[in-house]
Amino acid sequence: MAELSFKDFASDQEVRWCPGCGDYSILKAVQRALASCGADPANTVFVSGIGCAARLPYYIESYGFHTIHGRAPAIATGVKLANPELNVWVITGDGDGLSIGGNHLLHALRRNIDLNILLFNNEIYGLTKGQYSPTSRIGTTSPSSPGGSVDNPVRPGAFAVGAGATFIARGIDIDQKGLPDILTAARAHRGAAFVEILQNCIVYNKDVFDSVSSRKTASDHQIRVEHGQPLLYGPDQDKGLRLNTKTLQLEAVQVGAQGIDEVLIHDETNPTLALMLLNLAPPLPTAIGVIHRRQAEPFEQAFWNAKPRERRQRVVTLLHQGNLVDHRQSASSESAADFR
Amino acid sequence: MPQQLAEKNSHVVRFAGDSGDGIQLQGQQFTIASALAGHDLSTLPDFPAEIRAPAGTRYGVSAFQIQFGGERITTPGDTPDVLLAFNPAALTVNLPHLAPGALIIVDDSAFSAQRLRRAELTANPLEDGSLNDFNVCRVDISHLTLEAVKPFGLGAKDSARCKNFWALGLVLWMFDQSRDAAARWIQAKFANHEAVRNANLAALAAGHAYGETAELQHVLSQHPIPEAPLESVAYRTITGAEALALGLTAAGELSDTELLFCSYPITPASALLHHLTGLEEAGVATFQAEDEIAAVGAAIGASYAGKLGVTSSSGPGIALKTEALGLAVAAELPLVVVNSQRAGPSTGMPTKTEQSDLYQAVYGRNADTPVPVLATRSPADCFATAIEAVRIALRHMTPVILLTDGYIANASELWPIPDIDAFQPIANRKPTAATAGGVWEREADSLARLWAVPGDARHIHRVGGIEKDIETGHISYDPANHQAMTDLRAAKVAKVADHLPEQAIEQGVPGGLAVVAWGSTFGAVYQAVKEALSDGLAVAQIHLRHLNPLPPNLGELLAGFAAVLVPELNSGQLATLLRDRLLIEVAQLNQVSGQPFPVAAVKAAIAEHAPVRLVEARRKEAANSGASKRIRRG
Repeated sequence: MAELSFKDFASDQEVRWCPGCGDYSILKAVQRALASCGADPANTVFVSGIGCAARLPYYIESYGFHTIHGRAPAIATGVKLANPELNVWVITGDGDGLSIGGNHLLHALRRNIDLNILLFNNEIYGLTKGQYSPTSRIGTTSPSSPGGSVDNPVRPGAFAVGAGATFIARGIDIDQKGLPDILTAARAHRGAAFVEILQNCIVYNKDVFDSVSSRKTASDHQIRVEHGQPLLYGPDQDKGLRLNTKTLQLEAVQVGAQGIDEVLIHDETNPTLALMLLNLAPPLPTAIGVIHRRQAEPFEQAFWNAKPRERRQRVVTLLHQGNLVDHRQSASSESAADFR
Repeated sequence: MPQQLAEKNSHVVRFAGDSGDGIQLQGQQFTIASALAGHDLSTLPDFPAEIRAPAGTRYGVSAFQIQFGGERITTPGDTPDVLLAFNPAALTVNLPHLAPGALIIVDDSAFSAQRLRRAELTANPLEDGSLNDFNVCRVDISHLTLEAVKPFGLGAKDSARCKNFWALGLVLWMFDQSRDAAARWIQAKFANHEAVRNANLAALAAGHAYGETAELQHVLSQHPIPEAPLESVAYRTITGAEALALGLTAAGELSDTELLFCSYPITPASALLHHLTGLEEAGVATFQAEDEIAAVGAAIGASYAGKLGVTSSSGPGIALKTEALGLAVAAELPLVVVNSQRAGPSTGMPTKTEQSDLYQAVYGRNADTPVPVLATRSPADCFATAIEAVRIALRHMTPVILLTDGYIANASELWPIPDIDAFQPIANRKPTAATAGGVWEREADSLARLWAVPGDARHIHRVGGIEKDIETGHISYDPANHQAMTDLRAAKVAKVADHLPEQAIEQGVPGGLAVVAWGSTFGAVYQAVKEALSDGLAVAQIHLRHLNPLPPNLGELLAGFAAVLVPELNSGQLATLLRDRLLIEVAQLNQVSGQPFPVAAVKAAIAEHAPVRLVEARRKEAANSGASKRIRRG
């Protein structure tokens, strides 16, 4: 089979996001990941809820189901249970996945059903014209919070750790090198894979992730994690993260001065380390990459375990169980006709 | 003055006690014995929502009523002939159900000062003359049970818990019914608990022996009942929830489609989940979702992926599923939604029955979102109705709402086991190798699109809740297209009517009063119309299974009557629907007490509204040779 290109996964639909929206680059990264995996469009399903992100299934050449607000994980659960051979993706956003649909996201993650869940986090409600979202930082001014929002934001990654997710990653929309690799890893993971993608809403929350994603500042504001490798960052990889055993918190350390021995080695199987990395906040860098990954039985496997996938018993045997009354007397009287 | 129980072809017995006394079990075991004795029967479990309500309180009383006999039985009976009351509260709350002359069997030792206070009684009803109109049989059931089970060395609590089987033994003796089925149940249930098993068997035998030997003939005597004239087929007792589970399973087999049943527990719908669990061998898998919305969502996902999604709930849960139902309509996916209706609004009375979700089913969605609606009439009827619901869902690629209720779900009746081969196979719209058309090409007689599912390389497509182009399925905001799609969705549901059998008259004659009903009122209406006919009233019973769309000949059929009466366990929802769809005048009989209709209430309404006697109707019919004017409003 010839090498696939990202173009093989472009549907015939015109893409209708705002010019400059981060969703364009995420779409491309998804198409690249599918191409590099040699995904079969017939066995690939994209399920989405409501929001700007949720339009993505229309633009991918595969099966796609654009559903209702917040419920994509539930609907995708039904798809995966009905046919575990399918490769099922859930496309959601910070409002769809963590506000109206937070419950379904929680349960998809704790069940560990084999879905690839991509949460486009732009920290704002885009499609309803810019109200603050559950991931908006305190003080976000918006049409519904002109004086600045006062709600504490939820941290998507920490939420996923709490739900017992077995795969948690974070990527950046414009990162066409790193994001397809993260998506490929999510697809390969057996169980629920949760990927938070920092996405720039060019209209309502422009450049909110600029310090993390822009080339000029990225090296100081993001840390790329890799299993088995030291947690280093900075323009020359000269900074690292170590555990302060007194405060039980991560802190920055200058590699040159204090050596590399104190720097933590990333262990993606450790959910406690994952939680610390996912909660890193400025001035510490934002963690990017596969932050947590461990093996556990996927839900659809446990669900079908020891159950036949096809009908083996005829209903007639069930009908003749229970409290049987078998008189088999002849229906001679007239009133028997009246009986049923 | 005490009298013997009247000799009749059928009797009504009501068991009542605390919700922890095992009353429902006692009733179920009596039901089985009655069926095995060849009786027809109908039952009414009537229990509180609390699992183990405080003992001895009025609100904690659990009851089970059964009518059984040697003739066709369609209701659990209006007034019990026998009440078995385990305590003062059970006696007090059930007394209003009794007609003078009824036999009351009480557990004598339960009428202590303390337990009278628990039941908020200041005097002992056994002694203050308040039971003078009844035949009272005081038996020290608790004490006699303890005596009977003493040899088995159980503790006081476990010994006392055998009293339901002691009393069952006595009532079985009264109606000359076998103890064998109850004994077999005890043996199987307590196979690994020798002492408990033997104690319950001894209690059952002791209660029975008490009837035989106690010299109580003046109040307590045997009343053997003849067998019912059953047809020559095998029967079984069945509850509505069981029959619905079997019907859905059978429909899966008839359509060669596996079912994924997705639900979230809610009273009184959970029984369906319980009965479907464990039927994987027969092509049904069950998924307990995190909430009502997830349940319908997963069912829709299953249908999208090629299994038939089924979900189930009660009114409050159906309300939560409503948005997702709109998605299934827009995406044109098959789905069956079962609503076991209960008394509302809000939490209402979860264990009590009502028919008040008809508006919700027919009209209760945002936008123009038509959905076929059908309702089952009795526990046994659930089987065929479930098959019919699946048939419609798959034929038209649409969600279907199947209405049942708490009464049907829990009540049992005798069911002639159907021949599954007598049901037509159910076709579905899945593409085959020979299918040439695309996903959005429609079948003329159903307007259904193709059921193309993931895995099929020839029909890869995207679909969703956004309006789609009628030809291509792509997103479309075109005004003319939205009009066309809205019209199409309406036409599709209207098309269901093309496949419906003609609405028939259940019993009776045209020309006089048509009693038009739906759902679980069937039994009460059947009996009331039967009695009214024998009283010489011109009346007919018309019972609807299909509520949206209505049977196409219904308007014409009702035009042949002088008046229409609609009895319902709500405030007039079918009445509204008939006025809306047929533009006819209807009279209403409404009851929202959480209880089924008494036959007497329906009969009284018939007598009030029946315009003519049978003889006149026959005379008129002959004169008009069948032609009559249609009744129209406005």
